[in-house]
Amino acid sequence: MSDTSVKAATTEMPGAWQSLWRSLKRVLREPLGALGLVLVVFVIVSAVGADLFAPFEPNKIDIRAKLQPPSAEHLLGTDQLGRDIFSRVLIGGQIALKVSLVSIGLALVIGLTLGLIAGFGPRWLDNALMLLFDSVRSFPTVMFALAVVTLFGPSLTTVMIVVVITQIPIYGRMVRSQTLALRDAEFILAERALGAGFFRIIGMHILPNVVGPLLILASMDIPFVITIEAGLSFLGMGVRPPTPSWGTILNDGYSYIYNTPWPVIAGGIPVILTTLGFTFLGESLRDVFDPRLRKEI
Amino acid sequence: MDANNVLEIRGLNVEFASERGRLRALRDVDLTIPRGSIVGVVGESGCGKSTMINSIIGLLAHNATVSSGSISFQGEDLLQKSERELRDIRGQHISMIFQDPMTTLNPVLSIGTQMIDIQYRDQIPKAQKKARSIEMLSRVGIPDPESRLDNYPHQFSGGMRQRIAIAMALQAEPELLIADEPTTALDATLEVQIIHRLKDLQHSMGCSILFISHHLGVIAELCDFVIVMYGGEVVERGTVRDIFHRPSHPYTFKLLECDPARIAETTRSLPTIPGEIPNLAKLPPGCIFADRCERSIGLCREKIPPSTEFAEHHWARCHLAGEVSST
Repeated sequence: MSDTSVKAATTEMPGAWQSLWRSLKRVLREPLGALGLVLVVFVIVSAVGADLFAPFEPNKIDIRAKLQPPSAEHLLGTDQLGRDIFSRVLIGGQIALKVSLVSIGLALVIGLTLGLIAGFGPRWLDNALMLLFDSVRSFPTVMFALAVVTLFGPSLTTVMIVVVITQIPIYGRMVRSQTLALRDAEFILAERALGAGFFRIIGMHILPNVVGPLLILASMDIPFVITIEAGLSFLGMGVRPPTPSWGTILNDGYSYIYNTPWPVIAGGIPVILTTLGFTFLGESLRDVFDPRLRKEI
Repeated sequence: MDANNVLEIRGLNVEFASERGRLRALRDVDLTIPRGSIVGVVGESGCGKSTMINSIIGLLAHNATVSSGSISFQGEDLLQKSERELRDIRGQHISMIFQDPMTTLNPVLSIGTQMIDIQYRDQIPKAQKKARSIEMLSRVGIPDPESRLDNYPHQFSGGMRQRIAIAMALQAEPELLIADEPTTALDATLEVQIIHRLKDLQHSMGCSILFISHHLGVIAELCDFVIVMYGGEVVERGTVRDIFHRPSHPYTFKLLECDPARIAETTRSLPTIPGEIPNLAKLPPGCIFADRCERSIGLCREKIPPSTEFAEHHWARCHLAGEVSST
């Protein structure tokens, strides 16, 4: 490492970019991390540019061209209404990412806040929050989703609400247990003895210790949420037709699985790739976020 | 309060509310730290050393209460201060270093980040704070401090981490440094290095040090005054010369006898003080040490001995004070 990079890293903005770049290099150094990053970037790019890349209007029905096998015109074939599956998979990726990123982001922020409150606050508040978390966790996710959908009707928003509510306890619990362990750590006491206040302790010392594991958990949670969305859409309780989603593509295709397996395969592969990508990325992020695991002296 | 004293503790009583009842962890503790001096505290585990430190810096556990006494720091009673005022004192005027250097630094932040962050009270540019951190690191003997600012705690050895902790604590040039067994977790050669470094820094900065240690040799080497604690009481205090050469409390006497460095002949079994430390929830009516004391007389089990100054600057809590030393 050159002398100048060391100097820059602890000071202003260039340093922040530099450490980001260094983290990126650490991810790329591991084969699985690199694969994960490539997959994630691929999924994100294809979802963001879906409208550009999609060769057909995803909901355009062409009944004469129904259930066609993959060809040069229809890369992944067509479904029972003659819609281009490739276009539908691309647009479906947008929905999958939107649901997972927005709802996990929300769940993460709320869970982090509640977890810190539970970990730092008085005992009664901790107990109350834990009771709340455990009550929510005690519902099976799908049953809970069914109940919510019955109340509010099937829509993308409902799916997101379900995800946020069921995921908050996961983040909350983790942040709480980390906070509890850190609260009495000697370096926190040392910081207090040197005059650090409550918010400095939280922001400067608890958060950086919690955020690493939290982001790893979140990145591994993304595939889970995508499968929930796909699952609920498959059951007809998520995205309403004709909006394409990976779940609805699976749902549409599965009635014809014996004669025309490609819709199911086309709907399943992106789920698998995204799941693998985020999982690999999450695992390599763990090494990046914890300086102790970097194996450098 | 004497203006020459940085810290004066008078009649400090601290109690813990516990399931076993009221634990009287500190009873009538007196302590004086003259400006620019090093005061050592010795005593076995659980004798109240940590409780005393925590009451000074205002970080007592939630179930602890100070029932009486005063802690004057530079003429102001710390016990009357609000949490905010205490926070301004901590780190600026009173700093602390801890026993285990492996756990006193945040593992996920580089030491530069931590050292610069804790200077948050100073309204100076970051570059200046950084320069100060670099200077402090070189003063405590970290080689090549500029490039090491970017390293994380796990990239340093235990001795280096303890130096970093000292650098952080002395950065704001406090009037009082509390060192809670800073060398216990280090090996013997490092211990000597750290002690010498501390003494040098104390000389150049002119601060006072409250030094807690199990190690009598370190105390003898480093300190000007010594207080001996037992079961939540200060049983004896005086100059380092008085304590080591004219111990006046039977406990101090026994403690010195047990120091492996002072044993003349080779032995397989190290000397110990028979008996157990008293239960703080059920205190005996008389002297706290009477049960284990070879010299105890009837009076010892009936009446708590007062702290008496039987020679100049030499106090002991013993009915027989002044007599023991002659034997």
